[in-house]
Amino acid sequence: MKIVPRPGTKGLQRYYVIQVFQGLLVTLRHVFRNLFYPGKLPVIYYPEERKHLPPAMRGRHRLMKREDGAPRCTACMLCATACPAECIHILAAPVPDTEIEKYPEKFDIDMLRCVFCGFCVDACPLDAIRMDVPEIALADYTRESLVFHKEFLMDHHNEEYAPGYNPPRPVKWTHGDHARP
Amino acid sequence: MSPALFALLNRGALTVVVWIIPLSFIPFFIWLERKGSAIIQDRSGPDRTNIMGVRMLGYIQNFADTLKLLLKENLTPAKSYGFYFLLAPFWSMMIALLPLLVIPLAAPMDIAGRTILFQAANFDVGVLYIFAITSMGVFGVILAGWSSNNKFALLGGLRSSAQMISYELSMGLALVSLLMVYQGVRMDGIVETQGNNLVFFGQALPLPGWGIFLQPVAFLLFLVSGFAETNRNPFDLAEGESELVAGYHVEYSSVKFALFFMAEYVNMAVVAFILSTLFLGGYQVPFASTEVLRSHPNLALGIWGAILLAGGALFGYFLYLQADAQKHRYQGVKKWEPYVLSFAAFGKGLVGLTALLWAIFGGPLPGLVVSLSVPVLQFTCLLLKVFFFCWLFVWVRWTLPRFRYDQLMRLGWKLMLPLAMLNLLVTAVLILIQK
Repeated sequence: MKIVPRPGTKGLQRYYVIQVFQGLLVTLRHVFRNLFYPGKLPVIYYPEERKHLPPAMRGRHRLMKREDGAPRCTACMLCATACPAECIHILAAPVPDTEIEKYPEKFDIDMLRCVFCGFCVDACPLDAIRMDVPEIALADYTRESLVFHKEFLMDHHNEEYAPGYNPPRPVKWTHGDHARP
Repeated sequence: MSPALFALLNRGALTVVVWIIPLSFIPFFIWLERKGSAIIQDRSGPDRTNIMGVRMLGYIQNFADTLKLLLKENLTPAKSYGFYFLLAPFWSMMIALLPLLVIPLAAPMDIAGRTILFQAANFDVGVLYIFAITSMGVFGVILAGWSSNNKFALLGGLRSSAQMISYELSMGLALVSLLMVYQGVRMDGIVETQGNNLVFFGQALPLPGWGIFLQPVAFLLFLVSGFAETNRNPFDLAEGESELVAGYHVEYSSVKFALFFMAEYVNMAVVAFILSTLFLGGYQVPFASTEVLRSHPNLALGIWGAILLAGGALFGYFLYLQADAQKHRYQGVKKWEPYVLSFAAFGKGLVGLTALLWAIFGGPLPGLVVSLSVPVLQFTCLLLKVFFFCWLFVWVRWTLPRFRYDQLMRLGWKLMLPLAMLNLLVTAVLILIQK
């Protein structure tokens, strides 16, 4: 059996006195650095400045739209099934077009239960739900206002928030849009 | 005005001053703690609370805190012991304020035939009064812990009081060796002895005769015991949030908690005052004892002007840097206000510069200015030393990790007490040799 000598347990080091002064010097270095260069503090002054979110960040959900403004979602319930927190509630309704058979009449995401795992985005075969809106401060005053409805989730213009966010999917999973990375 | 009435007014005024000084130290200390800890941790500290845009570098946060603490609900637990529950915070605060009565703020000054003293009370027991009072401070902790009718509060109170009394022992023994060197117990005698330059075994050294040079071991022991007495990191096990909720004052709410909170800071200020009086020479300016200051008329004004100049220039520069760093973020009052503060600090430096120039080139100054400048300079020196110790408290708090309770007790009883006794022995031997 090999006995490994632990540092700091023999002799003078056990009394910790020199290490105290070394620690105080480290802190003093920080003090002088922050006093003379206050602009270099690694502080983000929210809400005037916002943190630069990384490209694959899972932000707020949104429902993507087709060219005519209708939701891409066909209420296939794959996201609701995949969701581990069971926070997506979809009510399907028929659509006259025989290729797009259904559309969601009610699409609620209960943000009070959402764990921001992104399984719904991975499960969707149509790129109908994305989690790329760079909005991470989702606080509000009432419980009802934190259940996001379809109108709120579709209130955008299909802009690309995070270039490179959407991971490359197999071509057969997308619904015709092959030009995206 | 009869001498008795004058003496009464003198002491009475000093008592009021000595009561106001620690109470006005509290907002400064809270600000120093917040800003200092932020600077150490690469943060920016409170810089948003404002009154119509005026932020005063985070000083307004104290008002916000006070308002919050006053407006909270004043709870009393149902089964607590009412009288002692009420008594504990007031006891803590009172005991915290009392030791400052014997600290001399400046050398006695002669004006118009009367002597103005700057020490509120000159007991014959001197330093022992301070230790008697701080020993009674343990009562507040025990009362708070026990009367809350809360097991965690009781545990916290017992831990804290055990820690306080075990470190009082080494503090007392370190003090005894110091008293042997100073050959006296009265505070003004101690401070006067520290005015002369150091004489070590008949050799005069170019160092001020401060306690820290005469008794460095005692200084270290006293410093560590001072940290332990005020329950301050690294000895803050009794109030560490992750350890014991809040320790002995967990059941206290608005004003009573505010009193405990403030009493802790007053305790720290008092320990800083005691440390600077016993070890750093109190109000004595280094290399310029009271006789030197009185014999050279313009020297006191010159030194005071130099201190103001250095402080104003430094503060003004740092404030200017801060103002520059945040000017792109705000508009209006919030943008220009740090510049105004920086300007005010430079103005203070300018006042110091005029005082310095007046002292150097002004020729004979009016007698009142000369005799007033000495106590002002000495009080400023004392305040500088106290500020250094307050900064040391904050600095050590955010550097060192916390002691575990058994490590703490082992340090107090098995390391510091023998060290204090050894120091006493060595001091006695050295004094005997010197004789």
